[in-house]
Amino acid sequence: MRYRLPGASTPATWFHKPVQTLINRAERLRNNLMALPPGLYLLLFFAAPSLMMLFASFRYPGEYGGLAPWYYVEDEQFSLDFTLENWLRLFESSIYLGLLFKSLGYALLTTLICTLMAYPLALMIARSNKRFRDLLLLLVILPFWSNFLVRIYAWMIIFSPQGALTIGLNHVTAALGIEPISLMFSSTAVITCLVYVHLPFMILPLYANLEKHDSRLLDAAQDLGANRFQCFWLITWPQSLPGIYAGAILVFIPSLGIFAIPDLLGGTNGIMIGNVIKQQFVESRDWPFGSVLSLVLTGITLLLVLLAAKLGRTAGTDNGK
Amino acid sequence: MLEINAVSRSFGDFVALNNVSLHIQAGEFFTLLGPSGCGKTTLLRLIAGFDQADSGQILLDGKPLCALPPEKRPVHTVFQSYALFPHMTVAENIAFPLRMAKMSKAEIAHRVTEVLNDVRLPDKAKHYPDALSGGQKQRIAIARALVNRPRLLLLDEPLSALDAKLREQMQIELINLQKEVGITFVYVTHDQGEALALSHRIAVMNKGEISQIDEPSVLYSYPDNRFVADFIGQCNILDAKVLSGNEQKVNIAIAGLGEIAATANPEITFKSGDNCALTLRPEKIRLAASLEAEPDEALFSGKVHDMLYLGDVTVYIIELANGVLIEAMLANDAPGRTRLFDTGDAVQIAWRIDAGHLVP
Repeated sequence: MRYRLPGASTPATWFHKPVQTLINRAERLRNNLMALPPGLYLLLFFAAPSLMMLFASFRYPGEYGGLAPWYYVEDEQFSLDFTLENWLRLFESSIYLGLLFKSLGYALLTTLICTLMAYPLALMIARSNKRFRDLLLLLVILPFWSNFLVRIYAWMIIFSPQGALTIGLNHVTAALGIEPISLMFSSTAVITCLVYVHLPFMILPLYANLEKHDSRLLDAAQDLGANRFQCFWLITWPQSLPGIYAGAILVFIPSLGIFAIPDLLGGTNGIMIGNVIKQQFVESRDWPFGSVLSLVLTGITLLLVLLAAKLGRTAGTDNGK
Repeated sequence: MLEINAVSRSFGDFVALNNVSLHIQAGEFFTLLGPSGCGKTTLLRLIAGFDQADSGQILLDGKPLCALPPEKRPVHTVFQSYALFPHMTVAENIAFPLRMAKMSKAEIAHRVTEVLNDVRLPDKAKHYPDALSGGQKQRIAIARALVNRPRLLLLDEPLSALDAKLREQMQIELINLQKEVGITFVYVTHDQGEALALSHRIAVMNKGEISQIDEPSVLYSYPDNRFVADFIGQCNILDAKVLSGNEQKVNIAIAGLGEIAATANPEITFKSGDNCALTLRPEKIRLAASLEAEPDEALFSGKVHDMLYLGDVTVYIIELANGVLIEAMLANDAPGRTRLFDTGDAVQIAWRIDAGHLVP
């Protein structure tokens, strides 16, 4: 934007050009300064820790946890002490990569189930009477009012072998002549809880998107010959894609790295990559290898987020937004 | 072609439509005109199928429409907000009703090109609606509604979002387009000028009822009642009492002005003692500093109370002896910067006895 200077309408006032240049420069500087706080934030809390991890991933573990010194002096000779061992270990057995893929699978499945469950709910809230909307949204975020771990312990009670759910289900399986099932310590329990914890993160962005839709477009579509299904599939759904991408990122990333839920509900079968990373840092005291696993996870997450952002942006421009 | 028989619709205590009946001919440009809240949009929604009448019947080509959902009716609507789909290109928007009708791809492509030429936007096919101007969006909305050749096109105040210049241009385009495609248009507006300019016939609505249905020129010159006279154009409405009269001429008394003659309204027989009103258009009034009354003219003296300079004409508000204010209009067609009268000037006005129109 160019400022109109006094006297700018009279042709070529001698001071006009230099002053305008100054203003443009100041404006550019202001725009750059505006980017400073988020840049600084990213640097401090994302780039710097990641670089520290990268540094750590090439070092040896310390004897009692932590890291061994990255250099040593022997006969007044200074030597660096770095290694590729930690990275090679990732590929030595299929355990770690397998676990990574399994975790990706869990996170994807969680995202998918959350989308399927959140969509009808978000649509219902967005189309409900304005008076009830705030109340319904409040109900969606209500679980946040109690502690995350407490809610997982609640699921332990629900899934426990003495719980009503398991006993009830096993009455059914007995009647059908199938072996009794155990809900606790299984991937089913982990995914159920992952979905439960992350569902609001899908509902809220989806609602924010759907709430903005112009209902007159649906009238127009119906007027032009679309039935109810076509109205949804051709008008509502394509316009809601940016909301789905936003929700998917918010669900996918935390469920990929989570360790508390598989720790408490997963047993040995439901273990995820987050558990192994935690194990490296806490129980095994192998910080370098833990760093390797963390970096791989961060890398994959970043790639997927970039992909989703790109998809979301294309859908966004299609929306004309 | 479209018959609306005794249709009523209420929302709670509010009566939106009260026993409305009208018939629209095939190929007609028909306008529903009225102030906001008069029920014109409710009637449009009933025809489109977005709402159901409490009682009465709507027939299209003799078949009742009420049982059909909106998507099954051969009726398309041009919405006030255009309602173009923002995630589809212009071509996809226009193709939408054709896709819904399960037309072949080739036929769709052909029709879309054709209708884009009709609305003179052939190079906008790949644009998204956001990249279009208001007038272009309007044309695309009309193209989308017309492409499937509906029996009836409903237009809900389609030009109200455009600026005055563009609106006039779109009015001319609409008239030509309607002539070309020959589809029956039902047009809703609160703008009387637009209604007069566009329509073959106009139904003036007030408080859920139809006040008058006529051609624009008849509506303007021979309003049936005070509401129509007042709503359409500028009009002086003089309250009067009938003194005597026959089929040709009625003598009326206007309080404070005395007795004058007026041409009878062939539709209504007035008895002496009836209340009536003389409706008189400003441009039918002669205005000068001093006037000689013609044999069949009424003449009054007054003074200029207010004036509105409008460029092409100046509207003078003349205060008569009894305090009645009358609006008269003079064209500013004299050469130079003439200024005929000033506020407070003494003037005389006169009108022919057949210039006014008597309403109950």
